[in-house]
Amino acid sequence: MKFWCVFKKELQVYYGSFIAYALSMAFLVLAGYFFYTDMIFYDLFGDFMDITTSLWFYYFQDLRFFSLLILPLLTMRLFAEEKKLGTIELLWTYPLKDSHLILGKFLASFFVFFLMLAATLLYPLLLSTIHAFAWGPPLSGYCGILLLGASFIACGTFISSLTENQLVSAMSTYAVLVSWWFLTWNEEAVGDELLGISLFDRFEPFAKGVINTKDVFFFVIVTLVFLYLTLRSMESRKWRGTR
Amino acid sequence: MSMIRVENVTKRFGPILAVDKVSFQVSRGEVVGFLGPNGAGKSTTMRILAGFFPPTSGRASVGDHDVVSHAHQVKEIVGYFPERVSVYPDLPVHNFLRFVAEAKGVPRSERKRAVGTVTEACGLQEVRTRIIGHLSKGYRQRVGIAQALMHRPQVLILDEPTIGLDPAQVVEIRKLLRTLGSERTVILSTHILSEVSSVCDRVIIINRGRILASESLETLRTQLHRNRQVRVAVTGAHARVPEALNRLPGVVQVRPDQVAHPAGDGSTGWIVEHGGEDVRTEISQAVLDQGCGLLELRSLEPTLEDMYLQLIRQAQEEYQAGHTGRGER
Repeated sequence: MKFWCVFKKELQVYYGSFIAYALSMAFLVLAGYFFYTDMIFYDLFGDFMDITTSLWFYYFQDLRFFSLLILPLLTMRLFAEEKKLGTIELLWTYPLKDSHLILGKFLASFFVFFLMLAATLLYPLLLSTIHAFAWGPPLSGYCGILLLGASFIACGTFISSLTENQLVSAMSTYAVLVSWWFLTWNEEAVGDELLGISLFDRFEPFAKGVINTKDVFFFVIVTLVFLYLTLRSMESRKWRGTR
Repeated sequence: MSMIRVENVTKRFGPILAVDKVSFQVSRGEVVGFLGPNGAGKSTTMRILAGFFPPTSGRASVGDHDVVSHAHQVKEIVGYFPERVSVYPDLPVHNFLRFVAEAKGVPRSERKRAVGTVTEACGLQEVRTRIIGHLSKGYRQRVGIAQALMHRPQVLILDEPTIGLDPAQVVEIRKLLRTLGSERTVILSTHILSEVSSVCDRVIIINRGRILASESLETLRTQLHRNRQVRVAVTGAHARVPEALNRLPGVVQVRPDQVAHPAGDGSTGWIVEHGGEDVRTEISQAVLDQGCGLLELRSLEPTLEDMYLQLIRQAQEEYQAGHTGRGER
């Protein structure tokens, strides 16, 4: 499977150019600080309350924001940079399938995100040394964040394939994801159909420690749809009149 | 047997016609030079052959594989060097080359050797651990050539491989191209005409998306200069020499050579234009008969520059004539 070499190359670029380090650092500083404040909050006001609703829920709601903040910056370069540098010309003249190229790039971004999240496991681990809790709910939250992140990354991958400007790529990804979120900002004003396709509403059960198969499928489908759109966008070079 | 076959290939970018019904063939082992002004359609044709994008109409095949329906097979036997030297600036040279080997499907057991071979062939040993972005343009160019050679392709398509290199590097790359050309089919585009005469067997001259000439260098020379030229320089009483030369059979014209004589040896020079037959023996005899000393007698080879400019000028004139003609109607 040739996606493996693309995957390795992308990781080398991510870590070789320090993008991955810079973004991971920003993510970990934010996540660490907010875990700290959430825990203080739980400690002061949550004495008799359930740790899931008074700590994990807030913590994962926070992680969700940081993912939204960091992931478009991680995915913006995936195709835009190749187009700007002209290296896409090499990839497109190598015996590589478009699907392998997309899969390799998507998985590399996902892997960088996975490592960031894995590092944040330290926080609950530290907490567990001084305060016993059930591991089910935080693990459900992590599952949810991974799935949500996969959707964000797939969306960013697609948008990156449309432009050769990394800034345009990142800003457009923000625009799409933030609009998607604001769509159901006022839950009273929108119908159930819209709530059903809201990324953030679909994420909430995970943060509360509930994994629904339907929600898992939703994120998997959103991810696959964006990856498919990326494939179509790359195939457009075959009929579009661009140099 | 033809390795590359291009039949009536046309490529449009919206309203722009980049390549206009181009047809040519390249046989196995041939080294063909692609010549033409900027925007003539060279890169577009090469990109079509490399499988980068398909033609708008017409058919092209490499090694009997169609570039559209069997693009994957074509990419497996073609090594392509793009016009924009594009390499990953953040990767060290050997990491990039290892990626290329894997992406081009070099089997695991041979990868190390394949990377080693191209590293050596392109003179990259000293810089193999350096980050590509920190290398000089010459080295980056060589990394670009190395990636094209990685899977020992049967066909090499090189879009201006020596542009931006210093003269010593140009010589090296040409040497490399000549060794490669002995076992592979090569298409090479360039602006440097001497490169074509030193490396290629055949030239394809292209302008405004059309092929103007596709000939071996030899044929092109004779076609363009039916009349050959000889330069004669003499000393002594030369007043009647031109007259004597004019009387020789086959001589079309004798005109004074405008070029100054750097040696300052007091010689006088003429350019003698004559038909195909070699008349140098007759010329020397005629000069001696006049009682003059013969200092120089040499055939002037028409240069590729002359041919190229002449063809482009003719095509430009025809194009303009065609346009004004249409305008009047």
